[in-house]
Amino acid sequence: MALLQISEPGLSAAPHQHRLAVGIDLGTTNSLVATVRSGAATVLPDEQGRALLPSIVRYHADGRVEVGYPAQARQAEDPKNSIASVKRFMGRGLKDVAHAEHMAYDFADAPGMVQLRTAAGVKSPVEVSAEILKVLRQRAELSLGGELAGAVITVPAYFDDAQRQATKDAAQLAGLNVLRLLNEPTAAAIAYGLENAAEGVYAVFDLGGGTFDISILRLSSGMFEVVATNGDSLLGGDDFDQRVFCWVVEEAKLPPLNARDMRLLLVKSREAKEYLTTHAEARITARLSGGEVVDVSLSAEKFCQITQTLVHKALGPMRKALRDAGLGAEDVRGVVMVGGATRMPQIQRAVGEFFRRDPLNNLDPDKVVALGAAMQANVLAGNKAAGEDWLLLDVIPLSLGIETMGGLAEKIIPRNSTIPVARAQEFTTFKDGQSAMSFHVVQGERELVQDCRSLARFELKGIPPMAAGAARVRVTFQVDADGLLSVSAKEAATGVEASVAVKPSYGLADADVERMLRDSFEHAKEDMRARALNEARVDAIRLVEAVRGALAADGALLSAEERAALERQAAALAAVASGSDHRAIRQASEALNRATEEFAGRRMDAGVKRALAGKRIAGLDL
Amino acid sequence: MSSHFELFGLAPAFAVDAAALDRAYREIQSRVHPDRFAHAGDAERRASMQWTTRVNEAYRTLKSPVQRAKYLLELNGVDVGFETNTQMPGDFLLRQLELRETLAGANQPEALDALLAEVRREQRLLVQGIAQLIDDSKDYAAAAGEVRKLMFLDKLAAEIDVAYEKVE
Repeated sequence: MALLQISEPGLSAAPHQHRLAVGIDLGTTNSLVATVRSGAATVLPDEQGRALLPSIVRYHADGRVEVGYPAQARQAEDPKNSIASVKRFMGRGLKDVAHAEHMAYDFADAPGMVQLRTAAGVKSPVEVSAEILKVLRQRAELSLGGELAGAVITVPAYFDDAQRQATKDAAQLAGLNVLRLLNEPTAAAIAYGLENAAEGVYAVFDLGGGTFDISILRLSSGMFEVVATNGDSLLGGDDFDQRVFCWVVEEAKLPPLNARDMRLLLVKSREAKEYLTTHAEARITARLSGGEVVDVSLSAEKFCQITQTLVHKALGPMRKALRDAGLGAEDVRGVVMVGGATRMPQIQRAVGEFFRRDPLNNLDPDKVVALGAAMQANVLAGNKAAGEDWLLLDVIPLSLGIETMGGLAEKIIPRNSTIPVARAQEFTTFKDGQSAMSFHVVQGERELVQDCRSLARFELKGIPPMAAGAARVRVTFQVDADGLLSVSAKEAATGVEASVAVKPSYGLADADVERMLRDSFEHAKEDMRARALNEARVDAIRLVEAVRGALAADGALLSAEERAALERQAAALAAVASGSDHRAIRQASEALNRATEEFAGRRMDAGVKRALAGKRIAGLDL
Repeated sequence: MSSHFELFGLAPAFAVDAAALDRAYREIQSRVHPDRFAHAGDAERRASMQWTTRVNEAYRTLKSPVQRAKYLLELNGVDVGFETNTQMPGDFLLRQLELRETLAGANQPEALDALLAEVRREQRLLVQGIAQLIDDSKDYAAAAGEVRKLMFLDKLAAEIDVAYEKVE
């Protein structure tokens, strides 16, 4: 027990110690980091007291990277190397990127995710996002005075598997331990629900810079239950800027613009949009690189008119979400508005008319997601005592399926299933003697595979020769609590198996992540081995703590010998963790994990039994 | 492995106490959910995910009348056989054709509302009949026939949902 003598904060193995955990809102336009301090969720500002970090990353030829305000200030001068709204490219191929022709970037169409050519080389959206996350991580560690135990990263509820995986990869690249990917509207519901002790059915309308989500939740004390979610992962405040930009180009009869002028006018368009929230008219002036002067005025009325189709685009998902929830607009007790773009009066009006009630605007729409994420991170890190915490039940936004004959998508897990969820389906061979089957995993609601998103392809080989239709191949889809899918296939007669974590098509393979890590360390001149050792230690100590906590709580489920064996193994890991061989630490961690499997199973069984016993006792009280 | 009913401490019957089911589901979830084990070791996180997956599946099955009936019949050794047993009474099929024609002709949300209300009414009647057949007369073969009818109507309701998207 006395073997652990590591002095850094956050590394202590003392039980019930407050673990440093943060919530990160990785936004299209702005990103934030928040934490729970002395019971209250609070956004952590930078050294100048600014809460928001503009999600803009600028790459220099010498390898320097600027993130946030400095990158924003120079974006019109250096548009190709100043990457804004990178969230729109996460997990996306070039063909999926809307308005690519209006963007000042130099895209490289790589298999899978689109890449960007910059002065510092080709960058993946995952790397760009990781730069933003690194800055937020440093901000938090500086402010909290220690290493983070973990982070909750928010994603749009309507993000598909590829986009979620890309986000998780970015966090990993930034050296964050991801406690959970949390849906943005759900995070907002936590912040709103706790603040207002809300009960009943609520809708969260979340229109951010680049994405739109609508979630219907049932709130009760200690419980946040998502009933249905819908949205459009390519609709956001950016699109309103784009409309203003196009209007300006037309109104001022401008010739095709260079990248610098394009970015300049986009920035001006955004400013005009924001100004029109509280004014009847906005003047847009700019001097272009060729010397031409743009000077036009946009009225609020005209702005509404040119963005009407965008507002209309939000209505379909709202109807679908209500239908999936089996509810009408009248069943909704309140509509929580989230995201900077909900400040636009036409959005407020449209939502008010749809739900026939005034939207709730009493939380800062820019901060509420980060605050909710921080509250959830605090719970997940184990900082809340049982009874003070809450349970969050979320759903998968889009159906998951597999391609069958004729290019049809067979749905295996329907949208709005509560996660984690697993479902299996049996398939058979098409030809006599067929020895392999190839599977194509897709996500989406459409019947044809070509209209769905392709997530992964994999093969099951070594099926023994059988007549067509005789093989029984069971394909199992498992979605975890982060909404991430893994798929496995197994032939019944022979037990031949194949499985994939759904990564290759659009996400990054582990080797890519490793390469990016190596690249980033070459620049930062940090010692990779030191980081590997540190990570292994942190993980090991976390595990020792968890096992000791479990033994203290439920040691009675073990025989004296079993208990002694686990205690010995935990102590052994603690001893190895104070050494400097990261491989040995990993091995000892794995050994302890294996040794605790049986105990973990018994604890779950006991938990379920206690739950039922508690319910019966409660029932008797009635 | 225990049955879905045993898992929630409920008697295996078609008529379930929805409040008791919800309560048991939440109680168990609050003990096994991955959020309770986010900072635990791999073994516990894995066990937690497996348990929660199972609890979600059991809850989904018992919550839905069709799935609950199908599951109960399976527990009693009767396969509903929706895919294999396609023989349905003539009057039922005629009625289905009628409803489908109405769906094909519905090009206003109001028309779909009316059709959906009609389908819901017929679903309720079937559910009442199934409850009686399973819980009272224990006539599982007859219940299987009614469950197949209910599946037809569920499919139709799903198609009405898709139709809404087209007319809106």
